[in-house]
Amino acid sequence: MSKVAYYPGCSGQGTSLEYDRSTRAVCAAVGLELVDVPDWSCCGSSPAHTVNHVLSAALSARNLDLAHSLGLDVVATPCPSCLTNLRNAALEMEDEAFRDTVNALLDRPCAGRVDPQSVLQVLVEQVGVDEVARRVTRPLTGLRVACYYGCIMNRPPERMRFDDHENPMAMDRLMEAAGAEVAPFPLKVECCGASFGVPRGDIVARLSGKLLDAARGLGVDAVVTACPLCQMNLDLRQSQINAALREHFRIPVFYYTQLLGLALDVPRSELGLDRLCVDPRLALGKIKAPAPVR
Amino acid sequence: MRIVDLATADQDFIAEVEARSHQNLRTCYQCGNCTAGCPYTFVYDHSVSQVMRLIQLGQRDAVLQCKSIWLCGSCQSCTTRCPNRIDVAKVMDVCRHMAREQGYATEREVKLFADAFLRSVERHGRAFELGLMADYVLHSGRVFTDADLAPKALARRKLPFRPHTVVGRDQIERIFQRFRKGGAHV
Repeated sequence: MSKVAYYPGCSGQGTSLEYDRSTRAVCAAVGLELVDVPDWSCCGSSPAHTVNHVLSAALSARNLDLAHSLGLDVVATPCPSCLTNLRNAALEMEDEAFRDTVNALLDRPCAGRVDPQSVLQVLVEQVGVDEVARRVTRPLTGLRVACYYGCIMNRPPERMRFDDHENPMAMDRLMEAAGAEVAPFPLKVECCGASFGVPRGDIVARLSGKLLDAARGLGVDAVVTACPLCQMNLDLRQSQINAALREHFRIPVFYYTQLLGLALDVPRSELGLDRLCVDPRLALGKIKAPAPVR
Repeated sequence: MRIVDLATADQDFIAEVEARSHQNLRTCYQCGNCTAGCPYTFVYDHSVSQVMRLIQLGQRDAVLQCKSIWLCGSCQSCTTRCPNRIDVAKVMDVCRHMAREQGYATEREVKLFADAFLRSVERHGRAFELGLMADYVLHSGRVFTDADLAPKALARRKLPFRPHTVVGRDQIERIFQRFRKGGAHV
């Protein structure tokens, strides 16, 4: 069984609790053991790196150090924003001068190295799509989805080192393994408006509106994401987008782990489908009753 | 139209942006790939490639007082697609750092939101969404920000009423304290 350190990220404790829960459930179902980073703290998200790169790296470095103390090589996070910060800090701290400046802000200097990866990467590379497919007992036959990766999961490629930066396929392949029909989504790495929802809602309405419009054009039943911020912009803010653009989008936005969980027959109580703002029942109703598994 | 006086190139400014971003900005030949892929151009006052050109021309005020550096979403499209491997998003970040340090905030709400977020992290060790929204509303005076979403988020238990406090939160507080004392620039 594979075993990695796990960094849930702040949103997993609140706005995207269902992502954290379903991630844990799916990993358990495919035999991936997650060991929580003890007493982890916020990575600083986007605000920290827009203020100062040393401050940002220091907030991440405390967590890298805690992850390292578990004696595991990889720390996995479901959130692309956490991933970016942890990865940037880990890479930039290979430079000695930078590392010293960062360590000067910490109580305990960050020791050792640990490789931050997305849970998506660990699922695809350590568990494998075939292994996931083998464990699917309730295929999502009849459900047509668009996989949306968001902007920073794979960019820039020399930093993120996973999948393709213009046309990533990891989530597409997992959804296909789960039995869903995956539409080729041309905007899969376009930005949703990031963290501007609060200070500049107009930006999110425009950019996320474009994504929903493209998804609707593909005739999909749902959008699937791997990012808590993208999910929030597309789902929780879908009513604001509709109001701002005089639109009538009603597209449910799942975390890929929620749909994977359904296919792996994870108990529904662990998937948090009732936490989605756009009612997912119509989409879920498209799933044909699975053939009995002997 | 604003006139850029090429005789007044601020060489120190160019050197500082280059040093702090670790990028060689002279290699930008204005191909426009960054601008072509940037999803935020519609709200910018200067497109990314224009910002890059203004830096090359040493136009400190024009750069540090523009809105674009605050509205960059760090989506990494520019960095990914630059043919000369310039980390353009990092350059935008560094310009925003310098603007902050010199007291500019041409997109006030964007700055206030970042400040509220970081205060939340400093206090609790993790971001506490309800608290940081209250803080943001208090400082920005935008009382009705996302008021329409609150009932939806609360009904789905997406906004916990209490912060998840970290045991070592004083360690995080000290990171911020040391940062402010040292004014770390790299």
